[in-house]
Amino acid sequence: MTMQGWLRSDGRKGIRNTVVVAYLVECAHHVAREIAIPFREHDVHVIGFPGCYPNPYAETMMQRLCTHPNVGAVLLISLGCESFNKYALERLVRDSGRPVKTIVIQATGGTRKSMDEGRAFVAEQRAALDAQPTVAMDPSELIIGTVCGGSDGTSGISGNPAAGRAFDQFVEEGAACIFEETGELIGCEHIMAARAVTPALGEVLEASVAKAARYYATLGYGSFAAGNADGGLTTIEEKSMGAYAKSGASPISGLIKPGDIPPHGGLYLLDVVPDGEVRFGFPNINDNAEIAELIACGSHAVLFVTGRGSVVGSAISPVVKICANPETYRRMADDMDVDAGRIIEGHASLDEVGREIHDLVVDLGRGKRTKSEELAHQEFVLGYKSFEPIGPACLPV
Amino acid sequence: MPNPSRDLADELQPAAAGTDSRLLLLAEADNVLVARMRIRAGEAILVEGAGVTLAADLPLGHKLARRAITAGDKILKYGAPIGTATEAIAAGTPVHVHNVRSDYTPTYHLMDAAKGGATS
Repeated sequence: MTMQGWLRSDGRKGIRNTVVVAYLVECAHHVAREIAIPFREHDVHVIGFPGCYPNPYAETMMQRLCTHPNVGAVLLISLGCESFNKYALERLVRDSGRPVKTIVIQATGGTRKSMDEGRAFVAEQRAALDAQPTVAMDPSELIIGTVCGGSDGTSGISGNPAAGRAFDQFVEEGAACIFEETGELIGCEHIMAARAVTPALGEVLEASVAKAARYYATLGYGSFAAGNADGGLTTIEEKSMGAYAKSGASPISGLIKPGDIPPHGGLYLLDVVPDGEVRFGFPNINDNAEIAELIACGSHAVLFVTGRGSVVGSAISPVVKICANPETYRRMADDMDVDAGRIIEGHASLDEVGREIHDLVVDLGRGKRTKSEELAHQEFVLGYKSFEPIGPACLPV
Repeated sequence: MPNPSRDLADELQPAAAGTDSRLLLLAEADNVLVARMRIRAGEAILVEGAGVTLAADLPLGHKLARRAITAGDKILKYGAPIGTATEAIAAGTPVHVHNVRSDYTPTYHLMDAAKGGATS
């Protein structure tokens, strides 16, 4: 099953050829959005960091996102007085071989002039990228992330285990698969650790969940929204067991943190909860914060399992929405790529839906677009966090 | 070690004979069953051979006790513990936030608010 991708200078291939317009502080967000609006259905996406004060995590995230294989060209929008190191980011993007331009609103003469200049750059880059030839790409070259959101009592019996079976198939083919939200693995830490490729990695996996449990205990809330209980989930452990099913049954090859790119194929846990004392508030204020981190780790596409019915997509990488709940699917089919509720109603098996998810992801590299892409969903959120680098036990092989 | 992605039957099966076909048994060790569709209040249903009448709707994805559960017992789903019963739960009655607590972090919910009561 050959796909078509765009080859980047680092050897990675993208399944999209997007122009990213990135604001470097909230004060530049409006200008960035206005630049992108005329192109919103032509693969021009807005990302950005709202903070005025420096944060190494956010700078790493922006660097990885602006050099993501799905990105072909980058326009940076700076107000001018924010702390973000725009010079380092521009240099990094240029060194990656991508066209890049920085517009500093204060130097350019304000909103109108910045918008005009930005739109001219985007139009020029869009035309150039549209003429760029593709190369053959194999599913083994994919990195795929998975997240669940708006979970309910159906998520863990249909959508998540089906996504897990798709993951098993991708890992078997040599792709890298990333699952995450250590706060939603609370209660599963021991059974997950038993799947680590080395005992030392197992200890690291357990420690990452213990860290999440401590973090959430300090905040006073778990990673559990009121709608989860309405949907039949009773405790974080129950939600966790369902979320854990997304990981499939492959051995766990490593633990990575936001912005770390899996070194080779296999299954990886993304540790999304900050290190050190509790700072900057909630680890992930919503699903898109996690999706952005999966994409910063190189995910070409993200599998999003929902029971209650999320509608989001993302900037940069397509989001495949897998609806676990058959009642939700009937109500919101226009937003859903996969009807996993068929499993609950006895109309399909877990393996059948797992294969359907796998094949749909491969088709994304052959011109298919997801429902959220067609609806121009391009949500993006990035906040403050702090991480220590991963240790040697995290990537044993 | 339980793992729903590996352990769940490829085609989900209704609970064993003597139990309403709208209730799923996910793992043999479980003491709860999961509704595969909404079951209406007032319906008489069979749970492990015993007849029970539902006092309230059991929505899709919600749980029912497979057998009598004692206060302090672990609730088992997917063959794994998902919390502790805070009171005795009769066979065939709902298992949810009103009679189960997390062994980790308390559950935040608005189910009382929706009924006009206080939130907890």
